[in-house]
Amino acid sequence: MSGIDSQTSMNRAETGGLEVAYVRQELVPAIAPPINDSGVIGWMRKNLFSSIFNTALTLFSLYILYLTVPGIIKWVLTDAVWSGEDRLACATIAQGGALPDDWKAACWPYVGAYLKQFIYGRYPDAELWRVNLTLVMFFVGLVPMLMPSLPFKRENIIFMLGVFPVAAFVLLSGGNLDFNGFLLPDAIMAPSELKFWVDFLIVSLIICAGVGAYMNATDSDPKPAVILTAIAMGILALVLFVMSVDFGLTPVETDLWGGFVMTLVIAVTGIVAALPLGILLALGRRSDMPAVSLFSVIFIEFWRGVPLITVLFMSSVMLPLFLPDGVTFDKLLRALIGVALFSSAYMAEVVRGGLQALPKGQYEGAMAVGLNYWQSMRLIIMPQALKIVIPGIVNTFIGLFKDTTLVSIIGLLDFLGMINLSHSDSTWATPVQAMTSYVFCAFVFFLFCFGMSRYSIYMEDRLNTSHR
Amino acid sequence: MKNTIVSTLGVVALSVSALSASAATLDDVKAKGFVQCGVSQGLPGFSNPDSAGNWTGIDVDLCRGVAAAVFGDATKVKYTPLSAKERFTALQSGEVDVLSRNTTWTATRDTTLGLNFAGVNYYDGQGFMVRKDLGVKSALELSGASVCTNTGTTTELNVADYFASNKLEYEIVAFEKADEVVAAYDAGRCDVYTTDASGLYAQRLKLTNPADHTVLPEIISKEPLGPVVRQGDDQWFNLVKWTHYAMVNAEELGITSANADEMKGSENPAIKRVLGVDGEFGAALGVGNDWAYNIVKQVGNYGEVFNRNVGPDTPLAISRGTNALWTNGGLQYAPPIR
Repeated sequence: MSGIDSQTSMNRAETGGLEVAYVRQELVPAIAPPINDSGVIGWMRKNLFSSIFNTALTLFSLYILYLTVPGIIKWVLTDAVWSGEDRLACATIAQGGALPDDWKAACWPYVGAYLKQFIYGRYPDAELWRVNLTLVMFFVGLVPMLMPSLPFKRENIIFMLGVFPVAAFVLLSGGNLDFNGFLLPDAIMAPSELKFWVDFLIVSLIICAGVGAYMNATDSDPKPAVILTAIAMGILALVLFVMSVDFGLTPVETDLWGGFVMTLVIAVTGIVAALPLGILLALGRRSDMPAVSLFSVIFIEFWRGVPLITVLFMSSVMLPLFLPDGVTFDKLLRALIGVALFSSAYMAEVVRGGLQALPKGQYEGAMAVGLNYWQSMRLIIMPQALKIVIPGIVNTFIGLFKDTTLVSIIGLLDFLGMINLSHSDSTWATPVQAMTSYVFCAFVFFLFCFGMSRYSIYMEDRLNTSHR
Repeated sequence: MKNTIVSTLGVVALSVSALSASAATLDDVKAKGFVQCGVSQGLPGFSNPDSAGNWTGIDVDLCRGVAAAVFGDATKVKYTPLSAKERFTALQSGEVDVLSRNTTWTATRDTTLGLNFAGVNYYDGQGFMVRKDLGVKSALELSGASVCTNTGTTTELNVADYFASNKLEYEIVAFEKADEVVAAYDAGRCDVYTTDASGLYAQRLKLTNPADHTVLPEIISKEPLGPVVRQGDDQWFNLVKWTHYAMVNAEELGITSANADEMKGSENPAIKRVLGVDGEFGAALGVGNDWAYNIVKQVGNYGEVFNRNVGPDTPLAISRGTNALWTNGGLQYAPPIR
């Protein structure tokens, strides 16, 4: 363009600004590109038939689609049974029903009858509003947090990481925990709620004193650190207090939890715990302090060296044998701790990858402007490192989300566990029962995992500052 | 010391509960107000939740019977679904009060695990299912057959024993889950499907053409299934044992959930003793004297329980067979209440 423009102006200059008939004043209108290079045909030529090999691949893929898609549509939609009361709705004549003998397709009324259990497990009907309220809080908190254009990110994060977990815990379990003290011997003070708070106060004071002493020993000003510790203990006390308040909710044991809600509980707990723990472990592993670094290395390598199934299995079969008589841990709690520790080790390695990808100059620059360790990590290093490893983080999340199905091995009835359990109901037993429920399960998991992966691509694009 | 640990753990979120595994399970159960019952992760007719989420089945009804005996209220039960591997640990550690989970009574389990089997509420045995068009009439004709079964269960070992002792050739095709086994058998990947006979009836519903298949007469193993309790707590052991016996006695005497009230006025002294009109049998067990009345009234006698969960009118359609009363040529026999 600019070449033509300058040529035109040059012509004008040579002719002294006069209009000259033989010089074109405007551009020739562009001709549409050849039909072979544009539109659908062009796109296909470029993307599907650009070479002999690609053409062969395209034809082969079309053939595969031709073989599978009509069958899948028939199985899932057109031939499927959509209403019915029991197994006879989905049974062929030979099986005692009314469908033709060669019928084989999805039996959706069975999924419909079990949908409530697939979602909520065996949570009592009268209390379902609590689960629904928790889910609403979750999505209301999550959606604005995921949309970068919305304001109040800070408040949102405090809500999601601080308020929501406590509220969800109280809502789902009923709260009203009994604390009866843990430190002072019973002889001094009888076990009671008050004793717990006395014990808690003593422990808090000891921790604050310890922090103060440490800061003194390292020639730092102990005051801010002690205040920070006191605030942390205060927040912990508030959380524990809320958990122990009787809101008048009926307690619902975790035995009754299940279905997709349990899958979400495990996945969200794992994800929420994994990221901060993972970041700390990654920093710890790269730390100059031998004790911290050794601890991080041992922790990470231990959890990475053990399969999740083994962790879950140990927690459910072996742990009860090690505990003293009469003490049992909640099964779900055992699984949650196992999943959180396990995924934090993986997260640590992902984050470490990001830390190592940063040029050394970033660290030195941060030091040069006088930031201390935590400031430089928070303001300079982490924002860049985490951005680099978004795909890895989301990968870990998706893996964790799918790994939650492993808890059905230890008798927890998550989404998949609930589906397997429903197979034992002879009211709906047909040859297509298992297949239908697994297709449904796969579809739901795909929706969630695909959603996560698309979101991560969106975030990558948004955070792309074209350094790469 | 124990209290300190308990309360320390109490700090940890979620319900970290302290269940006592001490000798007096009955006292603990009365104190907490419900029976914690270990059940399967779903076995049709024995313990499986229906689409409303309520547990049903023969094993479940036994737990409900125990609750009816203790509290006079069969609904005071909480269920813990347990996998085959973790079931004994759960009982030993006190996580459940009674394990009612289609558990086979064997010498090893009875003697080495610190557990006691409190009777047999279902006599099962391993059977074979084949296609009718094979023309096989007896398991002894199965030489050279491929056999579908679950991995890592006693069924696989039983098959090996049976075929070896009868000098028959065979090939095992094993899968992890029952649904896979049935699908493989249905697709013709093996000639024979073997599992516990009760399971054969349940899985038959998942075959494309159930009428094409037949169950062979041979039962190749003994699988007496029954409730299990911790060893060393005779009071609780007695209560679970007599809950089952009360149901069997009630059927023998013709007491049903429908006629339990009018039977209270019966002249038959045996019926009077069962229903608590005469005698102090409940007190001896540590529960109310109307314990057996509550069991029968709220849960039913053994025949009712059987018919409701696995009997001819259910999709499973299992006949009483060895589980008929001894008076009808079966094995269900209960010592008298007197």
